[in-house]
Amino acid sequence: MNIVNQVMPHPNNYLTDAELAQIDHEISIMETREAAGIEALKIVQAHRGWISDDSLLAIAHYLQMSSAELEGVATFYNLIYRQPVGKFVIHLCNSVSCHLTGYAEVLAAVKQYLGIEYGQTTQDGLFTLLSNACLGGCDKSPVMMIGSEHYQQLTPDLAIDILEQLKQTAKSHGGDS
Amino acid sequence: MNAMTHPLTHLVNLAKPLNFSQYSEQGGYVGARNALLEYSPEQVLELVKSSELKGRGGAGFPTGMKWSFVPQFDEHDRRAAQNKYLVCNADEMEPGTFKDRLLLEGVPHQLIEAMIIAAYTIGANKAYIFLRGEYFLAAQRLQQAIDEAYQAGWLGKNIQQTNFHLDLYLHTSAGRYICGEETALINALEGKRANPRAKPPFPQVAGLFGKPTIVNNVETLSNLPHILKNGVNWFKELSPGSDAGTKIYGACGRVKTPGLWELPMGATIGQVLNDHAGGLCEGLSLKGLLPGGASTDFLLPEHLDTPMDYDSIAKAGSRLGTGGLIVLDDKNCPVAMVLNLLQFFAQESCGWCTPCRDGTPWAVELLTRIEQGTGTVDDIDSLLKLCDFMWIGKTHCALAPGAVEPLKSALKYFNDDFVEHIEKGCCPYHGGH
Repeated sequence: MNIVNQVMPHPNNYLTDAELAQIDHEISIMETREAAGIEALKIVQAHRGWISDDSLLAIAHYLQMSSAELEGVATFYNLIYRQPVGKFVIHLCNSVSCHLTGYAEVLAAVKQYLGIEYGQTTQDGLFTLLSNACLGGCDKSPVMMIGSEHYQQLTPDLAIDILEQLKQTAKSHGGDS
Repeated sequence: MNAMTHPLTHLVNLAKPLNFSQYSEQGGYVGARNALLEYSPEQVLELVKSSELKGRGGAGFPTGMKWSFVPQFDEHDRRAAQNKYLVCNADEMEPGTFKDRLLLEGVPHQLIEAMIIAAYTIGANKAYIFLRGEYFLAAQRLQQAIDEAYQAGWLGKNIQQTNFHLDLYLHTSAGRYICGEETALINALEGKRANPRAKPPFPQVAGLFGKPTIVNNVETLSNLPHILKNGVNWFKELSPGSDAGTKIYGACGRVKTPGLWELPMGATIGQVLNDHAGGLCEGLSLKGLLPGGASTDFLLPEHLDTPMDYDSIAKAGSRLGTGGLIVLDDKNCPVAMVLNLLQFFAQESCGWCTPCRDGTPWAVELLTRIEQGTGTVDDIDSLLKLCDFMWIGKTHCALAPGAVEPLKSALKYFNDDFVEHIEKGCCPYHGGH
C-alpha cells in the first residue's frame, strides 16, 4: 500500500452529507474529535462497504488527526475492513463453545460451498469469509454473524441453506434494479 | 419468576423488552427514585458498600470500594474535576460468556436505571455504555430505552426535578477482546488502539479523558436498582454463602440444556451443571470444565460440590470469573480445546508486551504440534515454561495470565492426554464428534 504520494481528498468533497452529519453527531458526544474515530470509520464503512485509503485520509483530515494514527486504529479493530469485502461478510465464531459443538464441520461445509478460505471473497463478490471471536451465543452454538444477523444452532446443512437463501435474495434484488 | 428471588432476570423479555411505562409499572425506577430523592450520594455509597456487592465482570472487586476511590471535592474546590465519567462495560467477549447479553437485550431499562444510580453516587454527569459491536439487537434496544428515558425525564437536565444532570450515550465497539480490560476500554472510548494503560494511576482517579472514571460490568450495575429498592439486608440474605446477592450462571458445551440461570450466589457447580443444564448429552460423561469463561483454570468432576462463589472457586484452584461453565465432555479432545483457547488469546493479544505478543502464538505452535501428533515431551516442558513467562507480574495486563490459567491446569489435569498424543503420534480423540 502506498498512500504517501496520493493527494489527500478534501473531506467536504469526499465524504457525503449523510456521512458528515453522522460523524458530527459522534463528535458532539465526545470530548475530542479523534475520540469519534472508530465510530467515523464504522459510519463510512456502513455506507461504502469498506475503508479505502481515500476514506481513511478523508476521515483523518476531518477529525484533525494524522492518517497514520487513524490507520493504527482502523487496523486494530476486527470489524473495520481495510480491504474490499463481499456483499455479505460471514463472521463464523471460532471460539470454544462453538469448537466443542461442531464448528469444524460447519467451517468445512461453508468453505467447500463457497470455494474460499478464511480472508477471501468469492469471485462473484457476494461472500467474504472471516472468523470471529466468541459471538456470545454459546448456549446455541455453533453461531455465525452475517451483517447484523446472528444465525445460531448451525449444522453444515443449515449454514449452506442460509448462504443459498442470501444468494437468491441478492440475485432477485440484482434483477429488480 | 419472583422479583424478590430473581431480581436481575424477573423482568427479562427477550422477545419484546418492557418499554419505559411497562417497566415503571412493574416497579422499575423505584430504586433510582429512592436514591435521588431519599439519599445523598454519600448515603448511597454507604449502602452499596454495606451490601458487599462485588464486580460480576470477572475480577470480583467490591463495587462500593471501587467507587470510594473516586475523589470527592466540594464543587468550588480547585482540585474538583470538571467532570467525572461512568462507563458501563458491555464488551462481553469472554468466550463461553453470554449473561450480559440477556440483560442488555431482555431488560435494557434496568441497566439505564442502574447507571442513573451509579452516576448520581460518584457525581458523574456523563455516562457511556461501551457495547461490543456484534450485539446489534442490544444496541437497537438500548438506544430505544435511552430515548424513552430522556423523554420521561430520567436522563438529561434536572432529573426528576432534582439538581442532578446526566447524559447517557451508547458507544458500539468495533471488536477486540482486550476492550473488556477497563483501561483498554477507556483508550477505545477515546478513539485509540485498545492497549491497556499502566496502573497507577487507576481510572477512578484519572480515566476517560484524564478524568475520574468508574467502569462497571452490566450485571454488577443491574443489581443497584434492587439494592436501593429492597434494602441491603434483603440483598445479603439472597445468598446462603459468603458472597451477597444472586449470580447469573451459565453452561455451554455438550450439555442437555445449555443456558443461563439466576441463582443465589454460591450455588454449586453440580447444581448448575446437573439440575439446570441437565447434565451431559446422552452417551457423554464429564471430563472437566472451566467455571467462569476461557480465562479460568479447569476443574474436575471431583469439584462438583464446590459453591460457585469467589472464595470457594479460588480454594478449588480456579476463579469464578463470569460464572459461565464451559463443559468439556469425554469425547472432545482436551488438547484441541486448549489449542482453541490459546488461538483465541493469541489472536486477541493487543501486542503491547512481549510475553503476551510472542508467548501466546508460541503456545499455539507447540499445542498444534502436540494435537497433530508431531509433538515431543520437550514441548510439554516448553509449555510449562511459557506458563511461567506469561504469568502475573511479567505482563502488561491480565490477558496472558488469563491464557495461562486453562493451559497450566490442563497440563496438570490432562497430562495423560498430552503424553498419549505424543506417544501415539496422533490425536486419540480424532473422530470424536
